[in-house]
Amino acid sequence: MTELIKVKVVKVGIADMNIIKPPYSIRTSGLGSCVGVVVYDQKKGIAGLAHIMLPDSSLAKSGQINAAKFADTAIKELVQLLVNGGARIRFLKAKLAGGAQMFQFASGGDSMRIGPRNVDAVRKELSDLRIQVVAEDIGGNSGRTIEFNLNDCLLNIRTANKGTKNI
Amino acid sequence: MSFIEKINPLQLDILREIGNIGAGNAATALSAILNRKIDMNVPNARVVSFDEMMEMAGGADHVVASVFLRIEGDASGSMFFILSLQVAEYLIRQMTGDGTYLIDSTPYTELALSCLQELGNILSGSYLSSLSDFTRLNICPSVPSLSIDMVGATISYGLLELSQVSDAAIVIDTVLEKDQHFAESIDGHFFLLPDPGFFDTIFSALGVSLND
Repeated sequence: MTELIKVKVVKVGIADMNIIKPPYSIRTSGLGSCVGVVVYDQKKGIAGLAHIMLPDSSLAKSGQINAAKFADTAIKELVQLLVNGGARIRFLKAKLAGGAQMFQFASGGDSMRIGPRNVDAVRKELSDLRIQVVAEDIGGNSGRTIEFNLNDCLLNIRTANKGTKNI
Repeated sequence: MSFIEKINPLQLDILREIGNIGAGNAATALSAILNRKIDMNVPNARVVSFDEMMEMAGGADHVVASVFLRIEGDASGSMFFILSLQVAEYLIRQMTGDGTYLIDSTPYTELALSCLQELGNILSGSYLSSLSDFTRLNICPSVPSLSIDMVGATISYGLLELSQVSDAAIVIDTVLEKDQHFAESIDGHFFLLPDPGFFDTIFSALGVSLND
């Protein structure tokens, strides 16, 4: 008999991160120019998600840094959390979503292309740590809500105007 | 500790008053456009986390129509005029005279989008011009941009400047109230999200010390 088992969901807010083990899945809502990065070790059954707002912690203008907010600090910290939780760094894989450009401005300053800059920064950090990006859904001009499930290691992506898909 | 945690009740009161003047002006403009009375709630100025900010607008996932513009000049910040899809549809019907218009039918028509954008333009323009009169500062809006999408995706854009110095935002939120005399409710939010330097400029223009 198949019965629907309600999967427990860990929610990650903006500029926040967390890790999960079964039976949890992990979700973050309303990604615009922000990038959602999932890093996971499939065999060990552990995954982490960070909702990254800005590319580089050198942009921070005050002393205390929220590591989850910046690509360069968030990914190092996320990987550390995963390794502490039993993940093996050589087997880590990543999936990304987000980095959209929500608004079109005629006078586009640097902050207006924050989405692509976030994506570049995330890719660079992952590549420095030799973590392979196995799937991504980035760019465009729609917001995304993403949820990662450890059972099949699929990232479910829902957009406001374009339906859902799994990558 | 960032300036945001140091803000005191008197300063929040002043920000609330700014919201009052600005949104009052905008509500008057909207009443004139729609030729009916629009009520306005007393604005709310609060220090909130980014996640709380999303909740105030209905939750990060919630799909809304939002007009976004940057405030430029002597003081800078972001401003959002946020409407539920239902209300956006109602306003488009009112403005175009097309009583059958449905907002659900994507792609959105050019006329509908332009309607909302213009509405946002008028409302935020009247909001900011009263702020400018009040403070005697040179404050001008950028050309507004429209998005029909998730609240989280839209608002996080207006938080970018702020997020470089803080994990909390000061939000001046005014709700245009539904009028009980009409079946259709008109409710929309004005969110004013000041950039970090905004307070120094505004408070010193008003002769309020920042270090009380």
